[in-house]
Amino acid sequence: MSAASQELMLSIRGVETFYGKIQALRGVDVDVHAGEIVTLIGANGAGKSTLMMTICGSPQARSGKILYRGDDITHLPTHDIMSRSIAQSPEGRRIFSRMTVMENLQMGAILEDPSTFNADLEKVFHLFPRLKERRSQRGGTLSGGEQQMLAIGRALMSRPKLLLLDEPSLGLAPLIVKQIFSAIGELNRTEGLTVFLVEQNAFHALRLAHRGYVMVNGSITMSGTGMELLSREEVRSAYLEGGAH
Amino acid sequence: MEYFLQQLINGITLGSIYGLIAIGYTMVYGIIGMINFAHGEVFMIGAFIALTAFLALAALGVTFLPLVLLIILAVAMLFTAVWGWTIERVAYRPLRGSFRLAPLITAIGMSIFLQNFVQVTQGARVKPLPPQIQGGITLMDGPGGIVVQLSYMQLIIIALTIALMIGFSLIISKTSLGRQQRACEQDRKMASLLGVNVDRTISLTFVMGAGLAAVAGTMYLLYYGVIDFYIGFIAGVKAFTAAVLGGIGSLPGAMLGGLAIGLIETFWSGYFSVEYKDVAAFSILAIVLIFMPSGLLGRPEVEKV
Repeated sequence: MSAASQELMLSIRGVETFYGKIQALRGVDVDVHAGEIVTLIGANGAGKSTLMMTICGSPQARSGKILYRGDDITHLPTHDIMSRSIAQSPEGRRIFSRMTVMENLQMGAILEDPSTFNADLEKVFHLFPRLKERRSQRGGTLSGGEQQMLAIGRALMSRPKLLLLDEPSLGLAPLIVKQIFSAIGELNRTEGLTVFLVEQNAFHALRLAHRGYVMVNGSITMSGTGMELLSREEVRSAYLEGGAH
Repeated sequence: MEYFLQQLINGITLGSIYGLIAIGYTMVYGIIGMINFAHGEVFMIGAFIALTAFLALAALGVTFLPLVLLIILAVAMLFTAVWGWTIERVAYRPLRGSFRLAPLITAIGMSIFLQNFVQVTQGARVKPLPPQIQGGITLMDGPGGIVVQLSYMQLIIIALTIALMIGFSLIISKTSLGRQQRACEQDRKMASLLGVNVDRTISLTFVMGAGLAAVAGTMYLLYYGVIDFYIGFIAGVKAFTAAVLGGIGSLPGAMLGGLAIGLIETFWSGYFSVEYKDVAAFSILAIVLIFMPSGLLGRPEVEKV
């Protein structure tokens, strides 16, 4: 576990997000420091993915502030936010199913200088060798685990400083989950990549993360280091029973 | 046989023009799921801009034909593209995210507006243009005086269409812009999460569609030699039919559909009756859609999730 520096990379203050009249986030405060892996756990429908999307401005927060490296990005259009070296591997993976693996990766790199493309591609292929084998296959024909690797690989192609990962373990076999989580840990250790990870698989996420937050019904109810949260009785009973394999 | 060949050539020429217009319908539908009913009028405006440019060049004394053709084509594409961009910006973008019928109704309104705008500013009478490109290649000199001829104008239309098709397919399949368009077509939200400026990409799609419609308009002007404010309606409906026949959303489908409609119309006129050529074209459309609801090359709606 690398020591996280104190530079505040992402700071979410009092964010409230609505879908029409329904309030999904109720005054959320979250901090992510440079070099950290921070996880957000919570039940289905708690608002975790909404927070991820609100960071990216889709939908935008109705009140509160989101600061990225000191800049207020709350009301910027999505493509502007994403051009500030933030990348997201979203819920449901959202692979372009009628494009090849290669084209999906090229889409990840559209904001980047083309001269670094080959080096970035090599890095992604090194991390996920399966993608190299499948590079000319259509995204829609990949298995769930391969699609998840592709979603993360696509996000990495933009050389992010902050990687937002939404439920990378969803629907995957335990062995693949392990592979993906170890890849995330490796990126964090070797490149200092900052990761904000949303998970229902609380056990793996809290073991991997430096710090964690627990979200219930659109509010943060607990926070602490990964190990602290793992040992809390409320967390164990609510999120870990039967999940700790 | 000679008669058949001649009709085939005529049909391919007409089909090329339909195909060029159909691409505008199919691309816009692909990217925002909307039928741009004003696209036929964009084609008509393209023809008018070409005519204006032609008259301006004639007034300036520019008469060298290849140069004239190049200039009016470029001018028509440029200004029509500006029209396409403006229509999207003014009439469709403010309605994005509103209910599905809203942009459709606006498109019909825009179509009526553009027709009347051109009628008021250019007059309702037909505008003639004397034939500029004459002669052709005689392919066959059959007995009984039946000649199979490929006129130079037809040759230009077909060659230009093929060249544009190839260029366009390459843009869509190989360039970053093309990938961004396809990405927006599949998942606009994900595209924006990767940093694609979705609004700009949609604008560019309208610009590209309008540019091709301008080429079709210019060719129509030169081929038929007469235009009026109403040509966009019929040509638009035919091109839309072509896009649906080929499978709306599919680029090769639009071209194939255009060709099919052009050929059906021409052969029906040639062998049966001119009056019923539209009935023939639309009947074939109905029959194809009964057996292939997503068109000749369209994707089925159901997808693996």
